[in-house]
Amino acid sequence: MFEGWDAVVLARAQFAFTMSFHIVFPAFSIGLASYLAVLEALWLITKREVFINLFNYWLKIFAVAFGMGVVSGIVMSYQFGTNWSSFADKTGPVIGPMMAYEVLTAFFLEAGFLGVMLFGLSRVGPRLHFLATMMVAIGTLISAFWILSANSWMQTPAGQAVNADGQFVAADWLKVIFNPSFPYRLVHMVLAAYLTTSLVVGAVGAWHLLRDQHLAGARVMFSMAMWMATLVAPIQILAGDQHGLNTLEHQPAKVMAMEGHFQSHKDGAPLILFGWPDQKDAKVKYAIEVPKLSSLILKHSLDAPLAGLDTVPRENWPPVPITFWAFRIMVGLGFLIMGLGLFSLLMRWRGMLYQSSLLHRFAVTMGPAGFIAVLAGWITTETGRQPFTVYGLLRTADSASPLAAPAVGSSLIAFIIVYFVVFIAGVIYILRLMAQPPHPGEQGPATNIPARAAGITPAAGAVEGAR
Amino acid sequence: MIDLTIIWAFIIAFAVFVYVVMDGFDLGLGILFPLFPQKADRDVIMNTVAPVWDGNETWLVLGGGGMMAAFPLAYAVLMPALYTPMIAMLLGLVFRGVAFEFRWRTQKARNKWDLAFAGGSLVATLAQGIALGAILQGIHVEGRHYAGGWWDWLTPFSVLTGIALVIGYALLGATWLVMKTEGGLRDRAYHLSWILLIAMLCAIGAVSIATPFLAVQYTQRWFAWPNIILTAPVPIAVAAVTALLLRALGSKNDHQPFFLTLALFALSYAGLGISMYPYIVPQSITIWQAAAPANSQIFMLFGVSILVPLILGYTAWAYWVFRGKVRPGHGYH
Repeated sequence: MFEGWDAVVLARAQFAFTMSFHIVFPAFSIGLASYLAVLEALWLITKREVFINLFNYWLKIFAVAFGMGVVSGIVMSYQFGTNWSSFADKTGPVIGPMMAYEVLTAFFLEAGFLGVMLFGLSRVGPRLHFLATMMVAIGTLISAFWILSANSWMQTPAGQAVNADGQFVAADWLKVIFNPSFPYRLVHMVLAAYLTTSLVVGAVGAWHLLRDQHLAGARVMFSMAMWMATLVAPIQILAGDQHGLNTLEHQPAKVMAMEGHFQSHKDGAPLILFGWPDQKDAKVKYAIEVPKLSSLILKHSLDAPLAGLDTVPRENWPPVPITFWAFRIMVGLGFLIMGLGLFSLLMRWRGMLYQSSLLHRFAVTMGPAGFIAVLAGWITTETGRQPFTVYGLLRTADSASPLAAPAVGSSLIAFIIVYFVVFIAGVIYILRLMAQPPHPGEQGPATNIPARAAGITPAAGAVEGAR
Repeated sequence: MIDLTIIWAFIIAFAVFVYVVMDGFDLGLGILFPLFPQKADRDVIMNTVAPVWDGNETWLVLGGGGMMAAFPLAYAVLMPALYTPMIAMLLGLVFRGVAFEFRWRTQKARNKWDLAFAGGSLVATLAQGIALGAILQGIHVEGRHYAGGWWDWLTPFSVLTGIALVIGYALLGATWLVMKTEGGLRDRAYHLSWILLIAMLCAIGAVSIATPFLAVQYTQRWFAWPNIILTAPVPIAVAAVTALLLRALGSKNDHQPFFLTLALFALSYAGLGISMYPYIVPQSITIWQAAAPANSQIFMLFGVSILVPLILGYTAWAYWVFRGKVRPGHGYH
């Protein structure tokens, strides 16, 4: 099997597959960890029981999602070596330290305090427990900082030199870390994580409100989630626009692919809304376009000239159809999310937030929208920077391990099978937890079986668990 | 002049050792899982590590990430050379890692996740042991790339080290249970510790005898005069720790067996270091050849010297919070 296949294509498929599965969990746990910290803080301040119930409710889900993020993340940290050893050798001195810092400043912080966060409330008391929750939440954000810095350096390399062995080395660490696209990418991704989580929380709240409008926990979580969507979605669209302008400056070919601009336009480029990009013929078929709008968005002038892929050597073109469509999916979902936020604001203003079943149905449908948008966004940016791993400096084809196709192909199949079995089971367990409404006296993660089988007396169980 | 590369070799060696110490016992619990078929026992066993397993595995990420950062060439050569064992280890860790939460989330499929926990732990351990053997026996390198075949890692020696590590982790797991449980469960763990200790001693013996035959370098390192003055204390210390361990098991001490087993691991690990030094890929690449440039080493050294003590501190705190025996039905779960 796999004889005659291209090992690099298989390695890319493996990276895309394992990365896509992985990113879903951090995107969720970054947002959820912060949400849990907010819930616990509100509980400590107001002493209202609904907050600790919600905290325990979401903590159970967090535990399952976090575990899946950890195991799929370990895979990522070794994949640079197994499938991309030339990349690892050449970029190790630059990327390696950033990833090492991610482990030291973020992963240990999260993992070290996770146990206390999940199981320790009765052992350490509320204040120390809140500290543990905060450490986990901060850890997820620090993790985003380092990994997005590393990714951004690959997109917009800065501050590096090349040594005698052909390795990249850092000439200026500050320039490496705070490379040109990093601030934009960081803001865009963290906001995406918050939005993704708010949509999930909102959908779960809405699901239970459709059954019982008076359920306190469902009301609180729905209201909080809709505030988040209302406030953050417009900011996210603005941040995305700024990120796009930054990309235009540093990776123009990516923007050309996103826009489907095969040709240059001397006086005002059209915005192609939809169409079918044909890479071979270098044109967008069946294009529906708005004249000059692309120049207005990207250059803030209707008649500004905009270069197309005809100015870029063909061997440096990214795969246009994937970049083009992934971008449209992301943007489309972004506006839908803003629509949900505005609709919820309208209902809130009319006092119908907990009564409008139309809004609740809309929110339930939008539950997975954040994940899809995150994936589409990453596909846009990662496909759009091809055919390079370090933009303009190291080609993807020169980054791979000296592997034969059957080795990469077999491991790819193994990952596909295992991930589908394991993560589908995980998602089912998470959905099952979400299908239960939050109720008074909600317990934390996975109570021990005797207490759990009885189903009640959580407070007694917690006290018993204490020493 | 301080040699940063040697410092980094010690830091990476330390990270890998902490990983072995921390994840060794919790992989060992997975290996022993089939010997404890009772659900109540399994719940207790899981609860003894549930709050800390995440942190334990983070050391493996540090080992991988740290190696890419400090010795990128070694990382780039070793990973393709150990391709199959590495993929097997990662997949094994996926299964066992998710089992911690999944087995509480289902009644019907619990046995399947218990099996995933046991099987995943066994596969991951075997893969780590095989990888160790494959590194020790030497790796074929040309230029800056691995140049051997896809089955080079599989030899009688690497299988031996694989089995040896399974026994070793199982012993760590058994002595951990002695420390963390009570009643019938602890008694069975005592019993297992005896058997596993004898097996572990046989394994250490077998690997020690086989290693000098792999390469002249190893023979000279251990037996040539005057090296032997420096290397002889290692086997002597192994004998001493073994004697203490036998006594601790004999007197049914709860805490000593685990820590003495760790000492046994530390000595074996030191022996490994003596065999390998100064190579990071034996017979091919020294630590200096593989080392990252000085400015990468210095940049990370800042972080490591501040953060690692901090990490060890809060990790110790987490273990302290969950100290003591775990009782059936009274776990943290």
